[in-house]
Amino acid sequence: MSQSQAGMPLVESLNVLREIRGDDEVVLTVMGTAREWMALGEPHPLDWIYVPSSMGQAPSLGLGMALAQPDKQVIVCNGDGCMLMNLGSLVTITNQAVSNYTLIIFDNGVYEITGGQPTPATSGTAALVDHPALARAAGFQQIFVFEDLDAWRESARDVIDAPGPTFVHLAIAPIPGAVGPRSPGPAPARAQDFADAMQA
Amino acid sequence: MFTAPQVVGLLQELSFTHVVTIPDSTLGQWEDDLKACDSIEYVGVCREGEAWAVAAGLHVGGATPLVMIQCTGLFESGDSLRNALFDYRLPLFAVIGYRSFLNQSTLPGDTCLSFTEPILEAWGMDWVLYDQAENTSEQLEAIAAQCLRCRETGVPGVALVAEGRA
Repeated sequence: MSQSQAGMPLVESLNVLREIRGDDEVVLTVMGTAREWMALGEPHPLDWIYVPSSMGQAPSLGLGMALAQPDKQVIVCNGDGCMLMNLGSLVTITNQAVSNYTLIIFDNGVYEITGGQPTPATSGTAALVDHPALARAAGFQQIFVFEDLDAWRESARDVIDAPGPTFVHLAIAPIPGAVGPRSPGPAPARAQDFADAMQA
Repeated sequence: MFTAPQVVGLLQELSFTHVVTIPDSTLGQWEDDLKACDSIEYVGVCREGEAWAVAAGLHVGGATPLVMIQCTGLFESGDSLRNALFDYRLPLFAVIGYRSFLNQSTLPGDTCLSFTEPILEAWGMDWVLYDQAENTSEQLEAIAAQCLRCRETGVPGVALVAEGRA
């Protein structure tokens, strides 16, 4: 369910994840989720701030991480616009049957950082596309939908612990005027630091 | 040009752990042997841009992935390739099938022949065309040497393998 006005606040929804995140869990953020994740506090060695990104590729990047390190939970925080760019990845993910993989869609219905234009999945404030149904059709067995922050907070740990691959849909309120994220440092060096932490 | 056992042997020799791929009519002939190989995981993707991103995640996770796609997929996957190889400077290696190169009458006027090599050149990768169908052993050795050279120097590389009947 895309929606462009209602929904939980992005920052608070990410803070829920930050509070329950295990020390050996990978969190991959991109676009708006990366911007706000960085603002929430000190980076974790297993944070992959996907900035700069190839828009749409976060789920695939996280899949590779999960395949390489099956003992580490990989949590991908993707936007709905990003997801629409790479719907085939939903099938790739379920085909690989990665149990240590959680894909969270933060759905605000718009391309937020380019000025809030509605995605093709949204018309005005109306949702045209059922994202969880797409995930179900692509083969996801574990699907969770949250429109309320308290419900998300109450269930988040159990959701992450569910055997994956898991698809989570969060209804998020867009942030008018929000800007794009800035890379927190040279990308090659960050990639090397992350690889070192992954393989430690 | 190469048989499936030859390809699997080459990838084992080079210690690849995963092959991230979409088959074409040449690469697809290697699929059964790749899937049967215990030391290599076969990761089929739905679009070639995914392949570079999955391989990037595998690489930073400590695996040794190979991207294996057709040249048409190279065209499709430009932004993902750019991000993985140049933003993050991940030294991924790829085998890219060069559609119809060995029998250009199959697809007369195939524009793959116009764009594949200039695009690889534009990316500035270490790329080599392997088109000597009568010398497969030497060609396999050359691919191995190229791959090892790329690993030693930490740069991405492409083995451009001519497809079609010689």
